Amino acid sequence: MTALSRTPALVLRAAVLEPLLANAGRVALSAIGIALGVALGAAVHLINDSAAKEFGLAVRSLAGEANLVVRGPRTGFSEELYPRIARMPGVQAVSPALEAAVPVKGKEESLELVGLDPFRAAQVQPSLMAGIGGALGDLFARDTVLLTPAAAEWLGLKQGDTFTIFAGTEARVLRVAGLLPASGYRQRLALMDIGSAQPLLERLGILNRLDIRLHPGTDPEGFRSALAGILPPGVDAATPEVEAERGAALSRAYRLNLNMLALVALFTGGFLVFSTLALAVLRRRRELALLRVLGVTRDGIILAVLLEGALIGAVGAALGVFLGQLLAGIVVRELGADLGAGYFSTLSVHLRSDPVALAIFLALGIAAAALGALVPAATTAATPPAIALRAGDQDRAQGRLSGSTPGAALMAIAAGLAFAPPVGDMPLFGYLSIALLLVGAVLLMPRAAALALGLLQTRHPLPAWLAVEQLRGRPGQTSLSMAAILVSVSLMVSMAIMVASFRQSLDDWLARVVPADLYLRSASGGESAYFTSKQQERMRATPGVREVGFLRNQTVWLDARRAPVSLLARDVDPSRPERALPLVGTWIRPEAGQPPPAWISETVQDLYGFRVGETVHLPLAGQQRSFTVAGVWRDYARQNGAICIERETYLRLTGDPLANDAAIWLAPGHDRARVEAALREQLRDAEGLEIVGTGRIRALSLAVFDRTFAVTYALEAVAVLIGLFGISVGIGSQVLARRGEFGMLRHVGMTRGQIGAMLALEGALTSALGILFGFLLGWIVSLVLVHVINRQSFHWSMDMHAPWLLLAVLAAVLITASAVTAVASGRQAMGGDVVRAVREDW
Amino acid sequence: MIRGSSALARPSPVIRCLGYAAALLLALPLPVAKAEFAKVEPRPLEFPADHGSHPAFRTEWWYVTGWLGDAAGLPLGFQVTFFRTRPDTPPDNPSAFAPHHILIGHAAISDPALGQLLHDQRIARAGFGLAEAKIGDTAVWIDDWRLERSGNHYRARIQARQFTLDLTLEIMQAPLPQGEDGFSRKGRDPESASHYYSVPQLRVSGTLVRNGATVPVSGTAWLDHEWSSHYVAQGAVGWDWVGINLDDGGALMAFRMRDAEGESLWAGGALRSPQGEIKKFRPPEVAFDPRRKWRSPRTGTEYPVAMRLRAGDTEIELQPLFDDQELDARTSTGTIYWEGAVRAVANGKVLGQGYLELTGYWRPLEL
Repeated sequence: MTALSRTPALVLRAAVLEPLLANAGRVALSAIGIALGVALGAAVHLINDSAAKEFGLAVRSLAGEANLVVRGPRTGFSEELYPRIARMPGVQAVSPALEAAVPVKGKEESLELVGLDPFRAAQVQPSLMAGIGGALGDLFARDTVLLTPAAAEWLGLKQGDTFTIFAGTEARVLRVAGLLPASGYRQRLALMDIGSAQPLLERLGILNRLDIRLHPGTDPEGFRSALAGILPPGVDAATPEVEAERGAALSRAYRLNLNMLALVALFTGGFLVFSTLALAVLRRRRELALLRVLGVTRDGIILAVLLEGALIGAVGAALGVFLGQLLAGIVVRELGADLGAGYFSTLSVHLRSDPVALAIFLALGIAAAALGALVPAATTAATPPAIALRAGDQDRAQGRLSGSTPGAALMAIAAGLAFAPPVGDMPLFGYLSIALLLVGAVLLMPRAAALALGLLQTRHPLPAWLAVEQLRGRPGQTSLSMAAILVSVSLMVSMAIMVASFRQSLDDWLARVVPADLYLRSASGGESAYFTSKQQERMRATPGVREVGFLRNQTVWLDARRAPVSLLARDVDPSRPERALPLVGTWIRPEAGQPPPAWISETVQDLYGFRVGETVHLPLAGQQRSFTVAGVWRDYARQNGAICIERETYLRLTGDPLANDAAIWLAPGHDRARVEAALREQLRDAEGLEIVGTGRIRALSLAVFDRTFAVTYALEAVAVLIGLFGISVGIGSQVLARRGEFGMLRHVGMTRGQIGAMLALEGALTSALGILFGFLLGWIVSLVLVHVINRQSFHWSMDMHAPWLLLAVLAAVLITASAVTAVASGRQAMGGDVVRAVREDW
Repeated sequence: MIRGSSALARPSPVIRCLGYAAALLLALPLPVAKAEFAKVEPRPLEFPADHGSHPAFRTEWWYVTGWLGDAAGLPLGFQVTFFRTRPDTPPDNPSAFAPHHILIGHAAISDPALGQLLHDQRIARAGFGLAEAKIGDTAVWIDDWRLERSGNHYRARIQARQFTLDLTLEIMQAPLPQGEDGFSRKGRDPESASHYYSVPQLRVSGTLVRNGATVPVSGTAWLDHEWSSHYVAQGAVGWDWVGINLDDGGALMAFRMRDAEGESLWAGGALRSPQGEIKKFRPPEVAFDPRRKWRSPRTGTEYPVAMRLRAGDTEIELQPLFDDQELDARTSTGTIYWEGAVRAVANGKVLGQGYLELTGYWRPLEL
């Protein structure tokens, strides 16, 4: 035994630190890759987690110390339920409430108005009432509200100011009696006395929420079942935990998607470490073998290489955690915590630090890098030193990476997983499937590379022939570079296809759901404004109006654990429903004697298991009504699901003649602007009236889409960027490793130009093949994204669309970049005395 | 259990906001009542109708105070009160939740062994049968707090946080109309007045639940029922009031309205003999002379907890059951006052027992 084996510090220096320092540039790139992955992951997590926690807190503080929350649909339930429940044994206090999202003049979004009885609320929701203080007396005036600081800020109002909302057909001026303390609520809320809210919202006798506090010792579940006996259909009681969970569930799929994208970035970062180290180890085979000859054990070598990876990971991850926190802070401050998706837009979120999560991301970063180092370490250590010391061994060693069975097996498993159902509403198996697809493809790469190169038959010109032969002669290194390209290209392609599919599908969908010329809304946003029958008549009678379709927008509760489903009552011809709804799959027309038709959105199909042809019950106006599921339609607008029924049926069952929206088709030869003006004149009494053209609706919808996907785009761009790093690191280090070879080629008479052309071709070929396989894999991954991940996350289908032009441009850029990198690295490698380098090799 | 000054001085947020609410409700604009509030004008009382609620008036209360003893004979004071108040809001609101009337309940136990009051309160808007003050006869309740008259007795049931009272108060004597046939003036301005009668010498029996133990109790109580739209006269900051059930079966009530200097602005009272003869006191005939003051360690307020009362030719000493019977009602009626069990003593002999109320010592009372 030599002194070396007992001197770990020396080994550390020789096997770990020196090589790291020698490859500072590439190592830094790898570390940056890891850092970006960790930073994105940490930022997305911190923002999401803060938002979700804030949301949970908000829900809980609204429920206060309630044990149960009774909720009804938008139409609410009779206030008679309040004293009935208050008198039930076991009840300590009941706080009645009437909530509504009211349109605010000058605002696109609505304001959540909560009408409550402050005395009862104080018994159940202390935090809501804390600090109302002197303003409470003012609340008894008919037109006063208390605002949360978030609402006051959003509206730009202070105590004593007034603002206008729309309720029914009228505009109402409300006065701000005071602000709630900043410590209480972070949502945008306006509190009002329930005695004022009912007449204001024209909901006399109606409540839509009861918060129940039970006597200590009363079992909430037992009480809930007793309660179930007296609650009308469509009204349900849930614990505040279920309430909070319901809110969190709404955004969970979206948040998971972002987290996964961040992990993809981390994964590519890990892969970058892998390709860097794999090549570095290859180049240092002889040094490492020498170390072994000198007495360092196999485990010592493995440890040294792993340590090298871990060190890169640690530096990158530490930087990433720091950047992530910074990024999260900036995003929350500048953009808000909903990451553009609108889930938390009414909440003002403060970033919470989460040391545990940050530690996990730190560990993940290190683990990703160490994992990347594992394969090269094992390969190196497995080779007997005597062989490794010999020249020309470099490629033989790579044989280990090739073996096609594991790769094929992983691909097969991945295919199977794509058909697995979601886990708790989340497409976990879908994500696993994609991960396995990627790993499987990387493992299959050497075989695929050999196969593809085998097909290339070129004798002329010389550089081309040499390039092909070179690649063919080193399938290990070639496939490694290709794998790097494969991973980044496939992720890029798949995400590009998914986003393009979604956007195109949305565009097509909009064209189908917004077929009329003009759309009239009783007010922008909110639910409290409507058109009366008289106004509807006047619309029909306006000159230039050929046809008017009215829409009544309500909600129904089908399951207390889920958010309410939208109920749309509109004019649909049961014999031609496809004219009004973007139906997917087969549809039927209910026969005479069957219950009336209901067309359900894909979400309802997925979440509630409704099938075409079956009879379902919907709670309407406090009664269970039967409907025949007549078809399934695609709906990108309502994530909680939507059910469309004929307006005629709705009118018959509920007697509610009001409408929220109207779609107007112009008579031929009439000018849109003139008809619009005429309509405005006819509807002077609808104070919140909004008229929008089809084009504007589409533009607005697509803008919302782009905002929602802005973060996705950003994450995608980072993944691609890291992938590009990988490609340049791979190709660059390969070229540099072949100094000796260039010397030889120069020796036998090749010009520098010829060698340059050869390298350019090699680079271009490598990336072209990588891109080819990347496109193939990307297409497969996009199938999983579109049909599994998307469907299970958001419950809507989409048609596949590939953004060919974008992909072609990207492919061209990648191939050019590879060729240029190869040439540039070649120049560097050929600098100095290449001929002497030949000697080094022997 | 509330212990020490900090708990009382810093009530929970719920309580605090209730307090503000009540303070605002009761601290309605002082100037003469608006037209929609009924005016107090001399008229004879009519029973049983006047036992019930008078919703046309701004404020009304049913105020029961008394002494209880358990089997061991240890004395306790108790108080059960229901207030009704009308916020100054437009009466045309069609909502069933319109805040036409707010009801407030108070309950307290004065236990010398404890050295301070056990107190709880409720507040709710009238409606839905959950909180009501009935017209026609006494029946007022807030959830499971209830005071009701039927036949020859009242029934009071109170489930407070720290105790539960279930008392039957047997009516032994006819109501005692205060002032002129129940028209009780509170100041020189004739508008400042109330309709007011007392029911003294109520015989109490029932149970008190405390710390999980149910104790049978019995004793004597006094009920005041008073309604008004303009109670506190201009310049008055509070009042001293006392109601004594005399051991011989007689009843003595005396009050005075004080100004900021502590001088009497107005006074009144009545003494009913066991035989039913009523002697009424004009303002100059009533005098409250502080004998001993006690300063609250929580609020720093000083109360004349022991008084010499002169009413006509009757002179008695009022001696508290114990000193600290300060009631922090910021949480319901919006004020802090002293409401305590007292003995009436003359020449070293106990003549009767009752309650002394000292308001406006903390801050001027606005009603």
